[in-house]
Amino acid sequence: MENNISLTLKVWRQNGPKEKGRFETYKLEKVSTDSSFLEMMDILNEQLINDGNEPVAFDHDCREGICGMCSLYINGRPHGPDDDVTTCQLHMRKFKDGETITIEPWRSAGFPVIKDLIVNRNAFDTIIAAGGYTSVSTGGVPDANAIPIPKVDADEAMDAASCIGCGACVATCKNGSAMLFVSAKVSHLALLPQGKVEAARRAKNMVAKMDELGFGNCTNTGACEVECPKGVSISNIARLNREFLKAKLQD
Amino acid sequence: MKLDSKIPQGPMAEKWSNYKANQKLVNPANKRKLDIIVVGTGLAGASAAASFGEMGFNVKNFTIQDSPRRAHSIAAQGGINAAKNYPNDGDSIHRLFYDTVKGGDYRAREANVHRLAEVSNDIIDQCVAQGVPFAREYGGLLDNRSFGGAQVSRTFYAKGQTGQQLLIGAYQALMRQVNAGTVDLYTRTEIVDIVMVDGKARGVIARDLVTGEFQRHFGHAVVLATGGYGNAFFLSTNAMGSNGSAAIKAYQKGAAFANPCFAQIHPTCIPVHGEFQSKLTLMSESLRNDGRIWVPKKKEDAEAIRAGKLKPTQIAEENRDYYLERRYPAFGNLVPRDVASRAAKERCDAGFGVGATGLAVYLDFKSAIERLGEDAIRARYGNLFQMYEKIVDDNPYETPMMIYPAIHYTMGGIWVDYELQTTVPGLFAAGEANFSDHGANRLGASALMQGLADGYFVLPYTIQNYLADDISTPRMTGDEKEFVDAENEAKAKFEKLLAIKGNRSVDSIHKELGLVMWDFVGMARKKEGLEQAIEKIAAIKKEFYSNVRIPGSGEGMNVELEKASRLADFIEIGDLMARDALHREESCGGHFREEYQTEEGEAQRQDDKFTYAGCWEYQGEDKAPVMHKEELTFEVVKVAQRNYK
Repeated sequence: MENNISLTLKVWRQNGPKEKGRFETYKLEKVSTDSSFLEMMDILNEQLINDGNEPVAFDHDCREGICGMCSLYINGRPHGPDDDVTTCQLHMRKFKDGETITIEPWRSAGFPVIKDLIVNRNAFDTIIAAGGYTSVSTGGVPDANAIPIPKVDADEAMDAASCIGCGACVATCKNGSAMLFVSAKVSHLALLPQGKVEAARRAKNMVAKMDELGFGNCTNTGACEVECPKGVSISNIARLNREFLKAKLQD
Repeated sequence: MKLDSKIPQGPMAEKWSNYKANQKLVNPANKRKLDIIVVGTGLAGASAAASFGEMGFNVKNFTIQDSPRRAHSIAAQGGINAAKNYPNDGDSIHRLFYDTVKGGDYRAREANVHRLAEVSNDIIDQCVAQGVPFAREYGGLLDNRSFGGAQVSRTFYAKGQTGQQLLIGAYQALMRQVNAGTVDLYTRTEIVDIVMVDGKARGVIARDLVTGEFQRHFGHAVVLATGGYGNAFFLSTNAMGSNGSAAIKAYQKGAAFANPCFAQIHPTCIPVHGEFQSKLTLMSESLRNDGRIWVPKKKEDAEAIRAGKLKPTQIAEENRDYYLERRYPAFGNLVPRDVASRAAKERCDAGFGVGATGLAVYLDFKSAIERLGEDAIRARYGNLFQMYEKIVDDNPYETPMMIYPAIHYTMGGIWVDYELQTTVPGLFAAGEANFSDHGANRLGASALMQGLADGYFVLPYTIQNYLADDISTPRMTGDEKEFVDAENEAKAKFEKLLAIKGNRSVDSIHKELGLVMWDFVGMARKKEGLEQAIEKIAAIKKEFYSNVRIPGSGEGMNVELEKASRLADFIEIGDLMARDALHREESCGGHFREEYQTEEGEAQRQDDKFTYAGCWEYQGEDKAPVMHKEELTFEVVKVAQRNYK
């Protein structure tokens, strides 16, 4: 049932990439437990604007859990206190009346803050550009049914391909590693005959780019898998390691 | 304004081949000398930019998001149509073409639709080669399912995330070109104007959303792939950032805006639950395969439910009105989107609606669970049921879902000819941003098909026919008078917004616009209401330009400023939609005029008067636009009244 709750929000405010940030505290009254977390942020911003203040900048777009844009670190967890959801799918019924909620941006060397709760995740695009594709151009490809693919492989590739590129895995990792993200792409393509052709080369190039961009090493803590809103499995990391080793042996 | 559709000669099935055989091409050495600007990185934009890059053109690709992969194509759930006929159930290019023209209620251009059906098969091949993990059968071949408006199974899908997988395929192809240096990618960058030189589109003025700086970009041609304008309604299934601003800039530079009133209202969305609501969530059309839609037969039951005194499960079978099954026995719960939406509105308006607001109907899986078991239903719709439960906090296995229609897709858009060129030379439009293929109503799983068709297989040909005459046109530096003037004009618009310093937030005015749109330009429209809407929108425009409050400055990131500049354009779109709806005195597809319905309440077209695309020409600030007609002729398809009884 719908209830109204009052909240204290501790929100990270930072004017620009090079400015010093700080927490600001805001009070919000009568927030419906039926509203989503981002709708609560809308209510906060409406209140800030009406009081003559600058609203809090945060990333969001589809608000249905698929675009990967929303990226809040809520009470110490990426995407907040619910499992298998993005921030936009989190609802206020997960919070109690009178609760204090701490809201921060993703914090990682790979994702510098742009403003308030917005970070720069261009590094993910750069890693994909390093090899996260099959090298085919438009046109001149075989018929879609020319190569049968075992259903289990296609399904497993689909699971890996479910990654939405939000960066929660990096944000939660104590090393700031992007291994889950990279391995999901390497797995997705390596599992399919179309992507297998350049699988080893892809793994090598993507890992090299990841290292170059300042992401940390993987120490198998498994935290990434826990926070992934799409349940991408760390077994993908094992597959990435195999492909990477193959590439190194070929060198 | 001249509307030359440039339909190629020859029989319908040979037009595209004839076009390709006779068009002009650009040789590889010259491609390197030509620049193309692509605005948008959804299915149409990313596929076009990647393909142009592969061909050897220099491409500049712009997106307002932080990454091309965020474009709203990503949210499409159901699937993508193609005429492969893998299931051997009688499909063909001709049938896909025919179904699409009919589904569009005979308001689309035949030649474009036929080409769409022709290239549909190439799209599937391309996507598989990219590694799109489509659903497969145990034999390893691709699986198909059926969708509304078709008697064959021609829909390819990747779980409930087909749009995501197709977009990632196009995004990866795009990033490959970024790596190759053929595409320059501009993220968090918004197009604020189109630059015209000697009557041709030659570039854009962009605004960096992080720094607030303005940029001038030259292109021998400009492609807009910026999606639809459904967010004029504030509440829609579109993403929060989806907007119609690039389309409005094109319109203001002389591009005709066609059929703005053709907007699709999707029948199965989660209902509005409060004032703070920011968007509406779609529940896939596939749910209507097993769900039965009903409201209480007795008004007192509906009232008791709304007051929270009665639960839907307590309503006996004989007291339920399965109104779609009652009204449309042949198609039942699987009538097309426009018909299902209007029927829900009719029941709710008559006082039988449920939920706290009375603006909801039930979608009940009880019979299906009894027939197939809960496990079977979980296997089919588990992810959708989970999504519903997260949002509504109600278990749809036990209590029926509540749904209500919402704005979903806009068939109208920038007018384009057969080459996807607008009435402005050198300015092209692709995907949902153009008006071309869906007529007055789009069939399910056809949006993904059209976006990728335009980007992978149409524009790479047709743009060469235009650029072939430009091989001796030198690059401009961006310091030409036209670029400087356009930048200054754009800057002045932003400064004007910042100077208002009024009392109302952008969202509060946008919500007001949305309510007017929904009440008067929504599912059912009539003359008086539309006239009122035009007046109300004018009043909202006045309020906006005198009372909007945008905190902060034009320097650095300012989200409210971005929203305000988009709202200014939504106000123009709202006005255009209302005018178009007022002039179109018929009901067809997504456009329902209460004055034009049969005795049973079905849509009634006026083919003798309205078999045309209504194309609006901008006349200047605060002047009424002028409408031109592109008459539609049907050589192949037999025009008939749609009947789902």
